Amino acid sequence: MEPLLSFTAVFPEAILLTGACFILIADLFLAQHSRNGAYVLSLLCLLAVGVAAWGPLSEGTVEYGFGGMYLSDPMTAVLKIGAVLATAVTFVYAQAYARQRNMWRGEFFSLGLFALLGIMTMISANNLLVIYLGLELQALSLYGMVALRRDEPRASEAAMKYFVLGALASGFLLYGMSMLYGGTGTLDINALAHRITGGQAVNLALVLGTIFVVAGIAFKLGAAPFHMWVPDVYQGAPTPVALLLASAPKLAAFAITFRLLVEGVPQLAVDWQRMLAFVAVASLAVGNVTAVAQTNLKRMLGYSTVGQMGFLLLALLAGVVGGNTSITAGAYGAAMFYVLTYALATAGSFGIILLLAREGFEAEEIADLAGLAKRSPWYAFVMTLLMLSLAGVPPTVGFAAKFVVLQALVSDGGSATTWTLAVVAVLFSLIGAFYYLRVVKVMWFDDAVQASPIVAGHDLRIALTANGALVLLLGVLPQGLLALCNGAVLRALGG
Amino acid sequence: MDSTFPWLSFSIWVPIFFGAYLLVIGRDSHPGVVRAVALVASLVSGLGTVPVVLGFDSARAGLQFTEKVAWISNPTAHYYLGVDGISLWFVPLTAFITVIAVLAGWKAIEQRLAQYYAAFLILSGLMIGVFCAADGLLFFVFFEATLIPMYLIIGVWGGPNRVYAAIKFFLYTFLGSLLMLVAIVYLYQAAGGSFDIATWQHLPLGHTPQMLLFVAFLAAFAVKVPMWPVHTWLPDAHVEAPTAGSVVLAAIMLKLGAYGFVRFSLPIAPDASHELAAPIMAISLIAVVYVGFVALVQTDMKKLVAYSSIAHMGFVTLGFFLFSPIGVEGALAQMISHGFVSGAMFLCIGVMYDRVHSRNIVDYGGVVNTMPRFAALMMLFAMANCGLPATSGFVGEFLVILGAVQFDFWIGAIAATTLVLGAAYSLWMYKRVIFGDVANPAVAKLQDIDGREFVALGLLAVAVLAMGVYPAPLIDSMHSSVADLLAQVAHSKLVAGNP
Repeated sequence: MEPLLSFTAVFPEAILLTGACFILIADLFLAQHSRNGAYVLSLLCLLAVGVAAWGPLSEGTVEYGFGGMYLSDPMTAVLKIGAVLATAVTFVYAQAYARQRNMWRGEFFSLGLFALLGIMTMISANNLLVIYLGLELQALSLYGMVALRRDEPRASEAAMKYFVLGALASGFLLYGMSMLYGGTGTLDINALAHRITGGQAVNLALVLGTIFVVAGIAFKLGAAPFHMWVPDVYQGAPTPVALLLASAPKLAAFAITFRLLVEGVPQLAVDWQRMLAFVAVASLAVGNVTAVAQTNLKRMLGYSTVGQMGFLLLALLAGVVGGNTSITAGAYGAAMFYVLTYALATAGSFGIILLLAREGFEAEEIADLAGLAKRSPWYAFVMTLLMLSLAGVPPTVGFAAKFVVLQALVSDGGSATTWTLAVVAVLFSLIGAFYYLRVVKVMWFDDAVQASPIVAGHDLRIALTANGALVLLLGVLPQGLLALCNGAVLRALGG
Repeated sequence: MDSTFPWLSFSIWVPIFFGAYLLVIGRDSHPGVVRAVALVASLVSGLGTVPVVLGFDSARAGLQFTEKVAWISNPTAHYYLGVDGISLWFVPLTAFITVIAVLAGWKAIEQRLAQYYAAFLILSGLMIGVFCAADGLLFFVFFEATLIPMYLIIGVWGGPNRVYAAIKFFLYTFLGSLLMLVAIVYLYQAAGGSFDIATWQHLPLGHTPQMLLFVAFLAAFAVKVPMWPVHTWLPDAHVEAPTAGSVVLAAIMLKLGAYGFVRFSLPIAPDASHELAAPIMAISLIAVVYVGFVALVQTDMKKLVAYSSIAHMGFVTLGFFLFSPIGVEGALAQMISHGFVSGAMFLCIGVMYDRVHSRNIVDYGGVVNTMPRFAALMMLFAMANCGLPATSGFVGEFLVILGAVQFDFWIGAIAATTLVLGAAYSLWMYKRVIFGDVANPAVAKLQDIDGREFVALGLLAVAVLAMGVYPAPLIDSMHSSVADLLAQVAHSKLVAGNP
């Protein structure tokens, strides 16, 4: 075991914590008109964190810190860089919107950075309590961010709902963890798996604990039947916060799912895979079918997230226990690819909503996109790519992601169950295609309600264009990111 | 004779590159530049297909002009292109029709010109990609990606009911394709991790997998062809699409589905194909006869030609499932010919629509008095549409009927009714529109076709006649590949010890 206080494993987090605290204090001395200082500082801080997180990725090192409670390896590095990018993109996209709505304040940045710190802690945690710690830090920061516009009734309602249900989910997760601890006598993820193999475990407590853990995770992912908060919060939260909520936390949720279920209790895979299969199908059904009826774009994206999480869970239940490490790595690599690309496409979609919003106008109804192709063909094209990616139409990255998940689902030849799941998944994708396509239809075929040209800063324009281009580029050439994900997961599984 | 220069990639990526260029840079304030770029791009892409046709070795059955580059490593997929005798002619056909489509939209389209031409150019590259792909995943990506530009073409530049037609078009075809995706994933697993279509074709498969695969591919291709009873999206799409959209849809996009049958269904699931040949033939004949009658009663010219397309495509699927060289070659010839003829028919309707803004037959009459040159050309295409000898329409229909009679006299007899029905709906429409007295003032004011329209229709006329008079090079280049295909289809995969 390494020295108790090994700081190299938490290097990026240390930078982020320092930076967040510094911005929190420095902001006190900034006047409202020079708030851009906090913005620039935040982006610089994120840049430094990203560079620091790149280390384990380029060197391929696996490092434990704090007596094995904290882990840094290529997989955590990829997810952290994803989360850092998502946060940076949130700040960039939010600029004009937040200024007009009196949200362009120090709290916005420091809460965002602290949420990111929680997310990164969840990604790297290798201990039940540390996972919980990260989860709470992330959740508390996000509760605050949702409520940032406190004079807005809908935002307050969303924050309340998010807080109550989030606390409930945390309770579930904690209760499950306590049972796992009770059954094995350890909080360490690696030791957990080890003790169950060693036959020291009390089985019933473990199964019960796993049920609660799965329920907690499903809450955090926003998978049915624990999805109730998702549409309300997405719709009610200020759009930049919804963007952040929809992207980076999903990466963390993926990481803790991997840690808790795959690394923690692989012996119970038969049990939790069955649960995940149910949750996955329920999410696909509820998310896709309900999204059809939505007229509010943010709410639709909320339900779409539910459906997307169903697809993600399919990949998570595909791997494990077969014994073939490369197939298992392929499955979790596919899941990781899926969650990263989902975050990319979702972030862009919220970015378009932010682009169209003006002072006193939210642009969050689907109808508000009408005639976008006439007002700005370029952003209509970007949004088209994003929607097609979420729908899984080639040649966008969403297709590559759906494809590798389907492939992983049946990768060991498949059983009747997995093939049925695959067919169910593609059929719900068809329903999904309908409502994503409706957005494309509204943009291209309908006449514009407003003719005003689109005003946006250069950073927003560049970021959105890059976002759209990336969705297309990664769709045509997915190899790089896919190999990165597969390699990282293989490494995490000890291959 | 494999060329070292990647001509296939050239033909695929040149139009896509220029399309993307128009999308990003193109300005509607300079329509002349946009049109010129589009025309140059389509011509360059077309010229790129010439070496493929000239350098093709008809004696060989396998893929030629192959290009293979690793694309994705896990799952293993390649950027793998190649043409054989089956796919060869569709590459120049696509490039040629794109030139026609560019000419067809020259004046009719006034708004969002750059995007319009970008969509057509990108679509052209993607469709050539479908015909060239030798990797299953690559095929699927191209096949699906074609939906996006066509969806926008119908929805943005289409007629009054365009939104409904566009969404119906997309969802119908998307549903079929998704089932094909599952089939492709299955084949990848069964082949031990390979997307190579040739490997799939030689893969031993049991009875149940074959049936399921056949059904999954049928779902994708039958919708695309389209076969009766899943054809209902086509008349809607055709009626609402702009002229050039209809031309490309009828001339090329329908062929993607039919091509899928020969590339996937028949060789990968030969036993299932034989087993299900009877129902497929039955619905093909329904398409030929019933849809032929439906075409007869149409009052809208575009709808009439759309239904006639379905009937002609019924001939194609019938030819494939005869499992004889004559049948398959006839079907392939019918596909190429239909590409020229249906494209030309839609172009003719477009020419009239641009002037009168009506597609209804009753709004015309006596057009020959004001547009003699146009009437002469349209006469040729109407004749080709009903399969008159010495036009391209005759070659395919004759071969398929011959094959059908060999197979079973009555099937041949039913198929042959198309000669009567085709003549009836084509010529009756022609008569009502072109001949007679000048029906109304709008017709009286018609101007005959200008140089651009003459070039577009003239090129098609030359193609129709050349193929009708001397089809030998076309058919000859198919022999080896078709023989190879039929050998595979004749060889049961069940004998290899599969349950």
